[in-house]
Amino acid sequence: MSAIPSSPLKAEVKKLNFYYNLVQALNDVNLPIAEKRITALIGPSGCGKTTYLRCFNRMHDLYPGNRYEGEIILYPDQLNIISPKVDPIEVRMRISMVFQKPNPFPKTVFENVAYGLRVRGEARRNLLEEKVEKALKQAALWEEVKDRIHDLAFNLSGGQQQRLCIARALATNPEILLFDEPTSALDPTATSKIEELIMQLKKEVTIIIVTHNMQQAARVSDYTAFMYLGEIIEFDKTDKVFTHPSIRLTEEYITGRFG
Amino acid sequence: MRINRRRYLTQKVAKILIWMAALSTMGVMALIVLQVLSEGIPVLSPRFFLESPRSMGREGGIFSTIIGTIALTVVAIVVATPLGVGTAIFLGEYTREGRISRVIRFGIGCLAGVPSIIFGLFGFVFFVIYLNMGWSILSGGLALAAMILPTIICTAEEALKAIPYSFREVSYSLGGTKWETVTRAILPNAMPGIFTGIILGVCRSIEETAVVILTAGSSLIIPTSLFSPVRTMSVHFYILAREGISMEMAYGTGAALILLVLFVNIVANWRLNRYIRKRA
Repeated sequence: MSAIPSSPLKAEVKKLNFYYNLVQALNDVNLPIAEKRITALIGPSGCGKTTYLRCFNRMHDLYPGNRYEGEIILYPDQLNIISPKVDPIEVRMRISMVFQKPNPFPKTVFENVAYGLRVRGEARRNLLEEKVEKALKQAALWEEVKDRIHDLAFNLSGGQQQRLCIARALATNPEILLFDEPTSALDPTATSKIEELIMQLKKEVTIIIVTHNMQQAARVSDYTAFMYLGEIIEFDKTDKVFTHPSIRLTEEYITGRFG
Repeated sequence: MRINRRRYLTQKVAKILIWMAALSTMGVMALIVLQVLSEGIPVLSPRFFLESPRSMGREGGIFSTIIGTIALTVVAIVVATPLGVGTAIFLGEYTREGRISRVIRFGIGCLAGVPSIIFGLFGFVFFVIYLNMGWSILSGGLALAAMILPTIICTAEEALKAIPYSFREVSYSLGGTKWETVTRAILPNAMPGIFTGIILGVCRSIEETAVVILTAGSSLIIPTSLFSPVRTMSVHFYILAREGISMEMAYGTGAALILLVLFVNIVANWRLNRYIRKRA
């Protein structure tokens, strides 16, 4: 563990342990999350990347028997996200997530993007329209769907559906946006569009991305954490991790000797 | 080559047996329907539907029994749907598998296996006598509701189970509460399945005889309130045939009953397909 980011922090993970019932999946992990930067989590399958990411929006609370220890401090108000005293719904109102597979609801494009706003009680039509349009523009989808905003989302292509999911996550102005292998179900063209979009988005929002694809991490992220067996082996600026990793295991992974 | 021939033969025999099973099922069904319709349809006429029975049903039509059937079915569905769907939501979304859910499921299983005459007896003792509601639309509707409850719960639960877990995760990840997730992300998608269960309940209510005879009475007068006794079409059919009042009128009623159930199913299917097309 090294390299405290020079930019201000949006969140800080301190001695986080996570258990699925009796099985420990994360072991004393620490990680600073720089504000309006992209932090990538890489590592072989089963190393705990996704488990780690899902701690940030308390997704594990949906299933019985899961347990957190330690802290994830959200700045500026220093809220400990994983404290049992903090309502997971409050956390999820501030931290959105984009999942591995595009998963729009069987609703129209408009209603998909408006979902988060509607559960927050927003019913004013003109405000919804304004925010939906803004989110779709942020997700670089507006031009493609503006004429069929009231069509079913299933009629969009896979890549468009994933950008729709990004728009849906953005519509509520989250402070952090979590990406869980967002391009693993997409073709190369759609993938590069999403990557471009993610790089654009860091101007407005802090991003944490889990990826299997090391080139992707190298292309889009500012900081990279390499995880193995539930621990963070190395964390540093992305350039540094990919050009001069300081730990042998990291080097072996990024050069493809295992994983 | 011998093995191949044997496998080929097995395949042929299996195909014949399966075809026979399907054809005999359809044959029996067709036989019943055709028998009733061929005897009953000559009796059907606009007057048969629009006139109330006279002299115990020997003459006139079946108007009051149609009203009775509809009234009982409406009460049963209005009562059983919220209870059944609510229970299914509780079992699927609000409780984890454990002792409580197992006890409830066991209870539902038992209810589903109880012969309808027992529901009739229960309705008679509890609604008609104990709650002093008398032979009435209300007593009959409530007893029917108890009878169709397991059907509605089971189909609704299956429909909820079929919703991909990702919809729930997305809804929660966007800050949704459990209630918002249930009402906005889950129920709209489970609607077709839930609706199918309700239609099954409708058809069972329309057709039921034993429950109704013990709880709603057999009055041929057009009901004026929820506390009026009524006779449904199935009960009318039963009494006409059983007491030898008029086989002709009995078959007419039977034919009307079959056509009503057919009509309900066709309309339901049409609405359902429209709903699904609109969403997918």
